[in-house]
Amino acid sequence: MICQECNQRPAALHFTKIINGEKTEVNLCEKCAQEKGEMFMINGGSGFTFNNLLAGLLNIDPTVQKQNQNTFHQEEVLQCNKCSMTFPQFIKVGRFGCAHCYETFKEQLPPVLRRLHSGNWSHSGKIPKRIGGSIHLKKQVENLKNELKELIQQEEFEKAAKIRDEIRTLEKELPSSSKGGE
Amino acid sequence: MSLERFINQAVSSWMSEEGPDSDIVLSSRIRLARNFENFKFPTLFSHEEAQSIILKIEEILRESNFTKFGQMELLKIDDIQPLQKRVLVEKHLISPNLAEDSPYGAVLLTENEEVSIMINEEDHIRIQCLFPGLQLTEALEAANEVDDWLESHIHFGFDEKHGYLTSCPTNVGTGLRASVMMHLPGLMLTQQINRIIPAINQLGLVVRGIYGEGSEALGNIFQISNQITLGKSEEDICRDLKGVVSQLISQERSAREALRKTSNIQLEDRVFRSYGVLSNCRIIETKEAAKCLSDVRLGIDMGYIDHLPKNILNELMILTQPGFLQQYAGGHLRANERDIRRAALIRERLKMESDKR
Repeated sequence: MICQECNQRPAALHFTKIINGEKTEVNLCEKCAQEKGEMFMINGGSGFTFNNLLAGLLNIDPTVQKQNQNTFHQEEVLQCNKCSMTFPQFIKVGRFGCAHCYETFKEQLPPVLRRLHSGNWSHSGKIPKRIGGSIHLKKQVENLKNELKELIQQEEFEKAAKIRDEIRTLEKELPSSSKGGE
Repeated sequence: MSLERFINQAVSSWMSEEGPDSDIVLSSRIRLARNFENFKFPTLFSHEEAQSIILKIEEILRESNFTKFGQMELLKIDDIQPLQKRVLVEKHLISPNLAEDSPYGAVLLTENEEVSIMINEEDHIRIQCLFPGLQLTEALEAANEVDDWLESHIHFGFDEKHGYLTSCPTNVGTGLRASVMMHLPGLMLTQQINRIIPAINQLGLVVRGIYGEGSEALGNIFQISNQITLGKSEEDICRDLKGVVSQLISQERSAREALRKTSNIQLEDRVFRSYGVLSNCRIIETKEAAKCLSDVRLGIDMGYIDHLPKNILNELMILTQPGFLQQYAGGHLRANERDIRRAALIRERLKMESDKR
């Protein structure tokens, strides 16, 4: 059987995922499995500790963690500047330190959240009234920016200029607080 | 204090009132987790931060008159006697975690105890609405109103992508846990429950006993709640849970009918034996009491017993918990003393109903 990701190497890891009653067969070669972060089950065989288990649950590939440990002194550990929580600490306790941690660790979070919330990683529920307005503006700006890119690719510069002006006026309306950090 | 007065004071609305489908669904609960944007979460916050959160809540209480659900009272965990704390936990008004491991904790309670707001537990704020019967939509509406009220005074931690930011990544997004407490003796007796629980788990829902995580299904009472809080809207989460609960209700009803057809006299015998135990026992443990109360409640629902009110299971399941018994007794009781007290309380409560006839 050939790996379903790269369609080149033979598949070495075969398993069935059941999430919310939905069955998916997965057949991956070792390399793709490592990239997808689904190797923790076979790598964790020796010296399986509670932290491995939690790290595994949070979908952190132990091979990647090991590499991080080896290069510990060269690489800076990700740390929240508001509450000083580090990413390894978060994995260990399973709790964030403050609301800002979500911003600090945002690159690392999608796989964690996907695993905990059956594949979901972005919010689609209630939005607080007081920030609702600026979020809608931001979404509008995002859409316009995408449109702008397309127009430029199609060399429709006149239309693009109009869109650019529209974006500028909208961005002026955005409160300064929500612009920061972006 | 007389038992009648004690019960009137001790019982919250979800224990005494009837709601939709309350022959099977005892209560519906909605919990919303919220946090201040600028304070560290309770796992890390300092004494000062905890203090200022409580001060801020007190200030909001003073300044805004939010009485939709009745007057609210703020109780600090430190000021509550250990026995009273236990009673609040047994009534599901606060979590064991708030009672024992939250030194800076507090709780806001409404008079009828349908709304409780835990402060400085795992998250800064946890809004909880507890309604009798199957009323998830109603409870969600109430929780949303409380949330809107607090939100007009507090900047909650929120971002577009992750939704409401919570201390534990398992609550992020909506911060919503919806749960329904169900009495399922029919599915237990016909042994269908063992087949059903794994199926429910596969749907992203969790099944637990009456006192939450790790507790066993005392008195055939099960709690079913959502696990996923991210990527679905609040309404969808409640609708999905309600869908499963409705199916369970119809399965439980058909199990009861099947039992009536195949083993009517055996079932009637079981119900009246349990009634006999409850009305005559002198010593009874929690587990046996729960089992007998479940049988008697089934007997009421199926018409074998007609002189007892339906809510007697909800009421006595809670009133015979260790905290309540000790509060009624007015002091600490050892386990064997509690078993004697429990028997006496149940006998007296059943006699109250027989005397009414």
